[in-house]
Amino acid sequence: MIAKFGGYVIHLLEEISSLTWMLGRTGSELMERVSLRREPFRLADFFYQANRVGVGSVPMVTLLSVFVGLTMALLVGYQLQRFGLVTLVPSVVSISFSREMGPLFTGIVLASRIGAAYTAELGAMTAGGEVDAIEGMGIGALRYLISPRILAIFLLTPCLSFISTVAGILGGAFISSLMLEISYDFYFNQVMHDLLVKDMLTGIGKSLLFGAIIGIIACYKGLSVRGGAVGVGIATTSSVVTSVSTVIACDSLCNIFIVTFFP
Amino acid sequence: MNAPPQKLIAMRGIKLRLAGKTILNGVDFSLYEDEVLVILGLSGGGKSTLLSILMGLLKPDAGSIFLRETDEDLTQVSESRLNFIRMHIGMVYQNAALISSMTVRDNIALPLRELTTKSEKEIDAIIEQKLELVGLEDAEQKLPSELSGGMQKRVGLARALVMEPLLVLFDEPTAGLDPIHSEAIDSLIIKLRDRQKVASIVVTHEMESAFAVATRMVFLHEGKIILEGTPEEFRQSDIPIVRQFLSSYEKHEGVCYANP
Repeated sequence: MIAKFGGYVIHLLEEISSLTWMLGRTGSELMERVSLRREPFRLADFFYQANRVGVGSVPMVTLLSVFVGLTMALLVGYQLQRFGLVTLVPSVVSISFSREMGPLFTGIVLASRIGAAYTAELGAMTAGGEVDAIEGMGIGALRYLISPRILAIFLLTPCLSFISTVAGILGGAFISSLMLEISYDFYFNQVMHDLLVKDMLTGIGKSLLFGAIIGIIACYKGLSVRGGAVGVGIATTSSVVTSVSTVIACDSLCNIFIVTFFP
Repeated sequence: MNAPPQKLIAMRGIKLRLAGKTILNGVDFSLYEDEVLVILGLSGGGKSTLLSILMGLLKPDAGSIFLRETDEDLTQVSESRLNFIRMHIGMVYQNAALISSMTVRDNIALPLRELTTKSEKEIDAIIEQKLELVGLEDAEQKLPSELSGGMQKRVGLARALVMEPLLVLFDEPTAGLDPIHSEAIDSLIIKLRDRQKVASIVVTHEMESAFAVATRMVFLHEGKIILEGTPEEFRQSDIPIVRQFLSSYEKHEGVCYANP
């Protein structure tokens, strides 16, 4: 039992060490490139990845957030109606989405949609010897392959999180008007009144963190693939599971930190 | 009178253990300019590993590798220096290792775009020249999946040559190819040596191909080079494992001729 636990700990430490090495090496390849006065990576690659992460994920993030916002407003509204506090629904929905639901749902959608794709494609390239071929040409495979991907997901997650927040609030407004007799005017006035800049900043900060976590884990898992097609499948599953678990765990830690130090 | 050929690569005492198994146990050899050195040996004997070490993709446990142009030990240089040195070495992989999502043109252009400041016009001209060299002028816009194995290897060779390397490494260049495509690849290796003055190291099991292209051969066995010499010296060798290796080939040749 203890030996098994020790084995897990050692494996975890090895993974963290490899991941840190990957990031350090990517950083040094980028710096080397900059010192040669060359662009650190091709902008076209970055825009391609940004389009894929951002524009490509908007429909799913929006749809999911509208339905979650709608359900949240409905369930919270029915509970609050018993105490005559149904007018709090706009505040609850908007604050929940900007601080918590927006970043979290965006993180989960991106981990499953983009993280899985990153791992699968980098995994297939690793298994097919393409990554070694890029490295062998002296191009710097980490810089070339992972930096545009990680930067795209890092920068686009807050944008998607904002879209998720807006979609969730709109979903809540729709159901509040339909079933809780809250007018759109009142709903949006309440949102504007109760939503603080601090709530928005909290959401943006978390989104940046979640984007970085998903990008780094997905790329690392892809580059660590061993064993052909089966290995790619295993790495992709592992990437999604690890990213989602890490995002949720980090979300909890962020909440504890924020509530403790910035109440 | 011609100047004697100079050493391009000197590999000394290369040792490597992987997963508790000794793969290379003190490998020494040199490669001279304008020559084609063929590395022979049993499967799993560390031949491809040796190429990976030369490319800096694997770090040996001991030993040194000197490249004439830089006069530095490749096993000790920093990663950024290694990236620079890799520009002098081209590699053609066993499975071609073309980037599957890129067209032939983009595959060949990749090192030029990433490592040089050449304009797209200059890159176009180089691609055209290299594709002509490997006889694939019409394949520019195709994806690797639309090409046969032999064509993929020729694209891999074109990609390996765009940076005008001093040395090209071939890992099983003719494995799995039909005799016509094998011959085409062999001709390209010879053409490289004779016309472009590019030295090559070829790892192969295909004896016909080995004897067709080699100017010198080495036999790697149990982590060491047990024989080094010209193709003729190999044919006359009385080392049992080399004899066994060659006689299997001769026997196979006999079968082929007997059953055309």
